[in-house]
Amino acid sequence: MSAPLPPDDLSGIRRRLADSRGRVFWKSLEELSGSARFKEFLEREFPEQASEWDDPEGRRDFLRVMGASLALAGLTGCTRQPEEKIVPYVRAPEDELPGRPLFFATAVVDDGYARGVLVESHMGRPTKVEGNPDHPLSLGATDAFAQAAILQLYDPDRSQTLTYRGEIRPWGNFLAAMHSAVAAQRAAGGAGVRLLTGTVTSPTLIGQVQEFLATLPGARWHQWEPAGPHQTSGLQHRIEAADLLLSLDADFVGAGPARVRDARAYTSRRKLQPGGPAMNRLYVVESAPSLTGALADHRLAVRPSEVDRIARAIVGALDGGVASAEPGHQAWIAALATDLQRHAGRSLVLAGEWQPPAVHALARDLNQRLGNVGRTVTYSAVPPAGDAFGSLRELAADMDAGRVSLLVVSGTNPVYTAPVDLEFSARMDKVGLRVHLGLYQDETAERCHWHVPEAHTFESWGDARAADGTVTILQPLIAPLYGGKTAHELLAALTDRPERTAYEIVREHWQTGGGLGGDFERAWQQALHDGVVRAPAAEGTATLPAAPTASTTPAAAPFAAAPVAAAETQGLELAFRPDPSVYDGRFANVGWLQELPKPLTKLTWDNAALMSPRTAARLGITTEATSRGTTTDLVLLRYRGRAVTAPALAVPGHPDETVTVHLGYGRARAGRVGSGLGFNAYALRTSDAPWSGAGLEVAKTGERYTLAVTQEHWSLEGRNIVRAATRAQHERDPHFAARLGHKPGRELTMYPEHKYEGYAWGMAIDLNSCVGCNACVVACQAENNIPVVGKDQVARGREMHWLRVDQYYTGAVEDPDTYFAPVPCMHCEMAPCEVVCPVAATVHSEEGLNDMVYNRCVGTRYCSNNCPYKVRRFNFFLYSDWETPSLKLGRNPDVTVRSRGVMEKCTYCVQRINHARVQAKNEDRKVRDGEIQTACAQACPGRAIVFGDINDPRSEVARLKADPRNYGMLEELNTRPRTTYLAAVRNPNPEMPDQPALAPGTASHG
Amino acid sequence: MATRPPEPRGDLARDALPPPPGAELLGGDHTLASVTEKIASITLTRRTPWGWFLGFAISFTLFMGLLWAVVNLLFVGIGVWGPNVPVGWGFDIINLVWWIGIGHAGTLISAILLLFRQQWRTSINRFAEAMTLFAVACAVFYPVFHTGRPWLAVYWLFPYPNTMGLWPQFRSPLIWDVFAISTYGLVSALFWFVGLIPDFATLRDRARSKPWKIAYGMLAMGWRGSARHWHNYDTAYLLLAGLATPLVISVHSVVSLDFAVGIVPGWHATIFPPYFVAGAIYAGFAMVLTLAIPLRKFYGLEDFITMRHLENMAKVMLATGLIVAYGYMVETFMAWYSANEYERFMIWNRMTGPYWPMYAALILCNVVMINTLWVKNLRTSVPYLFFISFVVSVGMWLERYVIIVTSLHRDFLPSSWGMYSGTAYDWSAFVGTIGLFLTLFFLFIRFLPVISIFEMRSILPEAEAKENA
Repeated sequence: MSAPLPPDDLSGIRRRLADSRGRVFWKSLEELSGSARFKEFLEREFPEQASEWDDPEGRRDFLRVMGASLALAGLTGCTRQPEEKIVPYVRAPEDELPGRPLFFATAVVDDGYARGVLVESHMGRPTKVEGNPDHPLSLGATDAFAQAAILQLYDPDRSQTLTYRGEIRPWGNFLAAMHSAVAAQRAAGGAGVRLLTGTVTSPTLIGQVQEFLATLPGARWHQWEPAGPHQTSGLQHRIEAADLLLSLDADFVGAGPARVRDARAYTSRRKLQPGGPAMNRLYVVESAPSLTGALADHRLAVRPSEVDRIARAIVGALDGGVASAEPGHQAWIAALATDLQRHAGRSLVLAGEWQPPAVHALARDLNQRLGNVGRTVTYSAVPPAGDAFGSLRELAADMDAGRVSLLVVSGTNPVYTAPVDLEFSARMDKVGLRVHLGLYQDETAERCHWHVPEAHTFESWGDARAADGTVTILQPLIAPLYGGKTAHELLAALTDRPERTAYEIVREHWQTGGGLGGDFERAWQQALHDGVVRAPAAEGTATLPAAPTASTTPAAAPFAAAPVAAAETQGLELAFRPDPSVYDGRFANVGWLQELPKPLTKLTWDNAALMSPRTAARLGITTEATSRGTTTDLVLLRYRGRAVTAPALAVPGHPDETVTVHLGYGRARAGRVGSGLGFNAYALRTSDAPWSGAGLEVAKTGERYTLAVTQEHWSLEGRNIVRAATRAQHERDPHFAARLGHKPGRELTMYPEHKYEGYAWGMAIDLNSCVGCNACVVACQAENNIPVVGKDQVARGREMHWLRVDQYYTGAVEDPDTYFAPVPCMHCEMAPCEVVCPVAATVHSEEGLNDMVYNRCVGTRYCSNNCPYKVRRFNFFLYSDWETPSLKLGRNPDVTVRSRGVMEKCTYCVQRINHARVQAKNEDRKVRDGEIQTACAQACPGRAIVFGDINDPRSEVARLKADPRNYGMLEELNTRPRTTYLAAVRNPNPEMPDQPALAPGTASHG
Repeated sequence: MATRPPEPRGDLARDALPPPPGAELLGGDHTLASVTEKIASITLTRRTPWGWFLGFAISFTLFMGLLWAVVNLLFVGIGVWGPNVPVGWGFDIINLVWWIGIGHAGTLISAILLLFRQQWRTSINRFAEAMTLFAVACAVFYPVFHTGRPWLAVYWLFPYPNTMGLWPQFRSPLIWDVFAISTYGLVSALFWFVGLIPDFATLRDRARSKPWKIAYGMLAMGWRGSARHWHNYDTAYLLLAGLATPLVISVHSVVSLDFAVGIVPGWHATIFPPYFVAGAIYAGFAMVLTLAIPLRKFYGLEDFITMRHLENMAKVMLATGLIVAYGYMVETFMAWYSANEYERFMIWNRMTGPYWPMYAALILCNVVMINTLWVKNLRTSVPYLFFISFVVSVGMWLERYVIIVTSLHRDFLPSSWGMYSGTAYDWSAFVGTIGLFLTLFFLFIRFLPVISIFEMRSILPEAEAKENA
């Protein structure tokens, strides 16, 4: 609008008034003055340019200008703002405080067995999984799979729609189709109906299935779990009670549904705390390197078929016989037998999942002889998984014979995982109507008529048993993102009452089944709150009163059978193992797990044909570390008339003349992340020899393949990075760790000292308690919004993990000692990174944290170069996914999502520290010891990582740092790391022929 | 014809000189007029040779490779280059140090040789200075664009008052770099420009077309060649020489501190500053030779850039090359003598690790080959000098590669060891900066006097006679 008019001079107004005739009405002096400016003002009072419309020429100009302006205005609107509706809570949910997370108890169920967890929920969005301290199989810790469940929940590639022959259909159509399909079967008593599920421990689901089978007596229920556990014979072991452990290919800390509890139990005897329990001793006979083998005090790597013979020889040696059957291992077995006898009643023999029933029977026999039953071993009545292979074989035969007309597959992917000799896929095509419930539109979904998207565990009501029988009622954290259904709802769809929700079904089961005791409502609430059903009835029948004696051992016959024929062991042996990262393939589309360096190989994004260095050399395999990844030879694995091509990788400590392959790769329809990675080991696996077999031929193809391996050097190079001693050495010289290094005096610096008057955060990592399981790595990734970078970037050395588990070998390459060392940021008091950053983007906090200021970082990478621990990670590209909506939901809202071009690293979970500090300040107290747990410490099954205030002498971390085993990695550089390590102590039997190579880290001077 | 009388007096340096052995510094039978004509004609009258167009076209094409690499870098990320963890720096810093080193010869020739009254510098100082400037331009490209966020790095590294009270970390050698390199660039530019003023005036007076007269006239800043002008000029030039002299030492010392201040084995060495400075001069003279030999050939400047010049430069290269070789020796000795396991491993890894071919080639270039210059026949063979100048340039590039990559790729924790190699973008940027350098140099040849006219005239016997009169 025009500017206000200055009144014209009064003389002019007077003149005009004098000239006027009659009465003049005026509103203002301006009007009175009658100036041209006032007339213009009147004309233009309303919209600017309005007057232009009256003038034909002006109008044209006006339109021209307006048109151009509109066109240009459009240019500024390139980013259209999303239309958003704000709906305030009418009634706020109970306990919901913005910015304050809530925790709900539920469980993750991976192979049928539950591990109790607490899930952190921010404003209704689950963001992080923690262990449930009340759950006996979790004890507050988790494993990598549980940590990654969050990413699977938000996986944008999950199946999102119910389809019939690939076309989208509503749930109602499905119900109708199921109703008529089942009705058609009713006449024949359901003889053509087959249910195929994974291992089911859910009491509700078992009830539902039994109910269904009762109405259709001809129907069959098959359970298929490709990676087991298949041999849950009701054995329950108490590792913490055993002074001596013998594992016959049993990877109890690295695999199996009880691994978290067992790792805790094992490490509880390795803490070396004054007044604590005495150290245990672990013997491992194994056919492929495993985490348990890495922890062993004595380890014997043999071919899979030899485990049986070794076990027999041990039994024979206990009988006083000479282990003559085992040339080369007599001394080992004899010393072991002596030690076993010495620890009778306090020892424990475990047979591994990968061994045939005969070895399990031998283990049972050994425990019996040694009097361990009732002490370290008990037998309980967990529903056994049954003979999965036999069951699947039967189903395949039925399908082939045309006896199956309705197949309902729930939560398993047999087209991909079934043993290759069953030709499952082709036979399944003969079934008239095929229904699939699954998280993904996977290989099986592709071949089924109906596909129903499955609700993720965190979206579902349900229940499940843990490996010890403990029942957890699963509660959803969030409504199904994609309208997924649970197995309960699927089964209900086959019955007369199809419209029930999972909540109703589960509640009804517990209400009518009476498993929760008297006051149902109260007990239900309590069970949901605790994440554990405490009523005795829920625990199944208690421990069996009498353990079977040796004579009644079910597998007594195979024990008596002759040892494996020598002819069969000619040539190479092939061993199958579930993948440590993607398990049987179900986690193939979870980026965190794909990028998780597998223990012992540090391989990511691929599987490989693992073999011993000697076998690799014999086959002429060469591996080269390059700047674009580790290149290796592609080999053709020919086995029982089938062949796959796989990259070969030598692993120290692998038994000779054996090749180990991991299942779970070579997926065709895993999703955008997991499809087409690695090779499919299932293509070699037959139902008669699921875990190992002889007759493998390996031939180089002449082609090379690039693997993304995060650690390429396994030798300590004589450096004192990892310090270790034997138990005897430790007892003789508790200060051995300090003697292995050189700690410069505090006066040796030119920079002024920092003063830490309040808190001084620090961390102690007990190398004796680290089992190398990787749970901390994924926990860190989940907590700190760490991006996944992909195979190519990992191969180029650009992985982003803030915490890595370093792994070193000492001793001979055939049988090395393995040490794990988790390496987070050291938060050095004299940090080399801080002084070199030109823009002061990494600075020291007054509590001793080495803070990283993302906003200020320009990305010179000098800090990373100057970090002797190489814990800094750089965003070479825009690694974080800023686009995918579902992934945004899962991020930790307390942690910045980093952009391209900035450095990042471990913060000691500063967001948790700040949270606790604020809380403590509000309550006018100091932060209590243990109140802050970093994500890694919280996840750790071995409680190897302890975090706290080192200024508080009573804190756990201060106590550990006062332990004589405590040392700083590379402390000779005078970096004064806040993260320190407690040296490893191994407990070898001095009578054994293989003594640890030990003393990694010879005394040196910086 | 010269438009102004030959100046009656030389600068301070020349005054005190004994009569120069003129024949060696200036071949042929030149007069004041012919010198001016010869040099100025390149710019003003002679037809631009087709070779110039060809050379310029090639250089410019290479320069476009830099553009391609940078656009990719800015839009995609620094990850298109090769660095990783543990090798956080690669071609970026290798090339930065290489280019900065090359620049050193210009300043040395201009300033130190001026102060030391080495008259043979006269015919090469102009283009050596130009070379310095262009090399610095290529060098500064790297520290800016190698960062993760160049759009911020370009000004956050400067201390400027801001509302947040944020300052750079003055303890970081990268901040010292910012000051050292910017000062160096500024002083070099000033020195070069001041030296050009009398020649701009000559070109102004000799130019035939109006636009050139105006252009050179503006650059000449009103130079009339009066005695007062010459007096002020000499003072200013000498002062600038005094300012530039410490820079020859300081810039590369500071650049070397990027490494020496770090704790990485292979970087953390006190010998770095002197050893880097020697290496810089060594590399710089090699580049001057690389440029001078074709220049004198194609423009027929053999009279001005004589064998004596070439031989002197070869001698400087030999001397500094031996200092560099001594540096390698001391590094190796100290690794053993320190008894530090990391240092020992580092040197052993350099010699026998995966990058041993780099180290072997480095020793071949900088230790073995340079010693051939003891032989006078080789030292005075133009083709051989041209060849050896390339060998030195390659050797010095390898030296930085060895220092940066082999030190970082295997440092303290074997778990973090890795490998490094440049990507296509790295090479494209490197070749592109060479293209930029040559492009600028071709433009310089075409539009500015490549040899200082007035200084050349001052070493004529004619000028000598007048001066002595």
